[in-house]
Amino acid sequence: MSARVDGPTSGAQPDRSSGSASKLAGARSGEHRIDRRLTPLGWDEAADLDKPPAPIPEISETEVPAQLRERIEALMSRYPDRRSAVLPALDAAQRVHGWCSPEAIGQVAAVMRVTPAYLSSVATFYDMLRTEPFGRRYVYVCTSVACHLRNAKAVHDAISDEADSQGLEDCDIREFECLGACDMAPMASIDGRYVGPLDTADAAEIVAALKEDREVLPGRGLTDRGFELPWAQGADTGGAQTDREADDGSGSSWARSGEHGTDGSPA
Amino acid sequence: MSATDLQTKILTANLDVANLDLIHVYESTGGYRSARKAALEMTQEQVLEQLEASGLRGRGGAGFSMGKKASFIPKGSMDKFLCCNADESEPGTFKDRLLMQRNPHLLVEGVIIGAIAAGANRAFIFIRGEYSAQADILDRAVEQAYEQGYLGDSVFDSGIQVELVVHRGEGAYICGEESALLDALEGKRGNPRLKPPFPANQGLYQGPTLINNVETLCNTPIVIEKGADWYRQLGVGDSTGTKLVSVSGNVQRPGNYEVELGITAREIVYGLAGGPLPGREIKCWFPGGSSAPVLLPDDLDRPYTFESMAEAGSMLGSGAIIVVDDSVPIVSIALRLAEFYRHESCGKCVPCREGTNWTVKMLERLDRGEATPMDVEIIAGVQENIIGNCLCVLGDSMAMPIGSMIKHFRPEFEAHIEAARQRADRAAAVGEFSAVELAASPHSGPGVG
Repeated sequence: MSARVDGPTSGAQPDRSSGSASKLAGARSGEHRIDRRLTPLGWDEAADLDKPPAPIPEISETEVPAQLRERIEALMSRYPDRRSAVLPALDAAQRVHGWCSPEAIGQVAAVMRVTPAYLSSVATFYDMLRTEPFGRRYVYVCTSVACHLRNAKAVHDAISDEADSQGLEDCDIREFECLGACDMAPMASIDGRYVGPLDTADAAEIVAALKEDREVLPGRGLTDRGFELPWAQGADTGGAQTDREADDGSGSSWARSGEHGTDGSPA
Repeated sequence: MSATDLQTKILTANLDVANLDLIHVYESTGGYRSARKAALEMTQEQVLEQLEASGLRGRGGAGFSMGKKASFIPKGSMDKFLCCNADESEPGTFKDRLLMQRNPHLLVEGVIIGAIAAGANRAFIFIRGEYSAQADILDRAVEQAYEQGYLGDSVFDSGIQVELVVHRGEGAYICGEESALLDALEGKRGNPRLKPPFPANQGLYQGPTLINNVETLCNTPIVIEKGADWYRQLGVGDSTGTKLVSVSGNVQRPGNYEVELGITAREIVYGLAGGPLPGREIKCWFPGGSSAPVLLPDDLDRPYTFESMAEAGSMLGSGAIIVVDDSVPIVSIALRLAEFYRHESCGKCVPCREGTNWTVKMLERLDRGEATPMDVEIIAGVQENIIGNCLCVLGDSMAMPIGSMIKHFRPEFEAHIEAARQRADRAAAVGEFSAVELAASPHSGPGVG
């Protein structure tokens, strides 16, 4: 992983002071952090073949939180086939238990009348369903191609190092594949809230806010009221683009050019 | 020419209207008129005919005629399905996110029209799990449409049934592949299916299923409102209409820009997105998401159309332009791409599962200074053996861009190998960390990856 070349990309200078070689062989500290690229979930543990397969748990013998049960039953009723509710049901259980624990899977299995093995096979497939305990909060830093070109790896490493030095616990910080927000690259999804563009200098504030349970970088979230990309305003908002020439502010991007009527007839 | 003149805002015309996600605001801008017209004043055949005549092509990647695809759905009274593919995961693409977040009712209206065209009574919007904010916005829009009677047993009291459910994925690129999306929607692992049978005959729950991208469906209300002839005037040749282009990477103003198909790529990259940073030159660019073979700066003068991009040896794909400038080593892009596809390969077909894995390992080896120029040949050979040999095109999506990088930048690959070898030799000489130690680390061996 860290052996790859990180091209000197635009934006701030990459922070390489921590040395990438030390991180290679699982030198990362913090039990909560699982680098999914080093240990692909579901690939590294063999099934116990001596154990008989678990049957569908009896609902009368399984303790399921009433709200979760109601939620799963409501989900099942939305589809022609109840099994379609597997993904949202596992997600609901994950919200209750923190991860897709054997207990969580057992509860979903009992309500949905499917085997736990079936649910495990599904849960191990999807990135957002976790089959190992992880933090209550998460920071997914996008390091896919478009963000990579804008220094995303350095942002990830800065946040990760900052989390170590500030002692942030119970938070899952990891590199994530394209989150579909390349316009605000480099960016991160913090508990589902998209923030960006980020800079290595933002790392300390992000980690401090997470630690104190404050909102992270208010005003810089994609869905925040009045959010605009820095280059759409012609003014800098302290994002990663400080070295970019200020735009003439002619309203070139979607964020501010809706004044051209609703018709839009072609020339 | 100023940047705004280059845009043709049709899908994005009303995006800045405040509270557009509320149904009455959307209706005040003319919303739901087209769906009402399709349900009450037009027959299914007329809707189909308009869509086909408009020349509207799929905006998700393949560029297949939307009307033709809808016409493949068999007639007869059985449960038929419409799935809107909102699993936008192609690196570099973020156009559907904008539409769903800012104008969710446009998509709901598009779904109603698409469902009428296909005769589908049940519709699903499969949205990627990462877009939780956008999914919540869609949920509210769907709820409002149900309250108004625009969805349900009898849409606009026409007797036509359209039920719509917003279904969230859980993070898997492969679910953007249409048959994997169907499996995920059925509550399974997202593995692509063998085709044929095609989804039009046996799709969701084995029923006839039409699958369309968000942007494609968002175009349908415009086609119905203004007519196919009006729509055909936009664009050139068989690339009709406008395209929402996501520009990202090393440009000054990344963002979504809606342009008429047929303007040059240079106008998009330089005119709208501001071009590369001062002092930088464009090295290469992806014309249609990270799965598209890269093109060189000379190709920027081509018109941005489905045909022209195919002629240049690439594809318009999802309409995501990723610009790479001359400060970035091509090997780092290739490696980053390969890592993505290795991670996202579902593992069903061997050429893709193994090919992506070994491509990553070979590129890493190359970067560590353990490769010879012959390895470039081997990497290129692996790509050739992936293309066309799997159930879906995920493997091809890595093989094509990496193959094109080797084709265009072979001298740089070779120089990279040489530089990395010298670096490794020096490091070994001073005893810092040797290439041998790195090779023995648990993550670079031939085991799992």
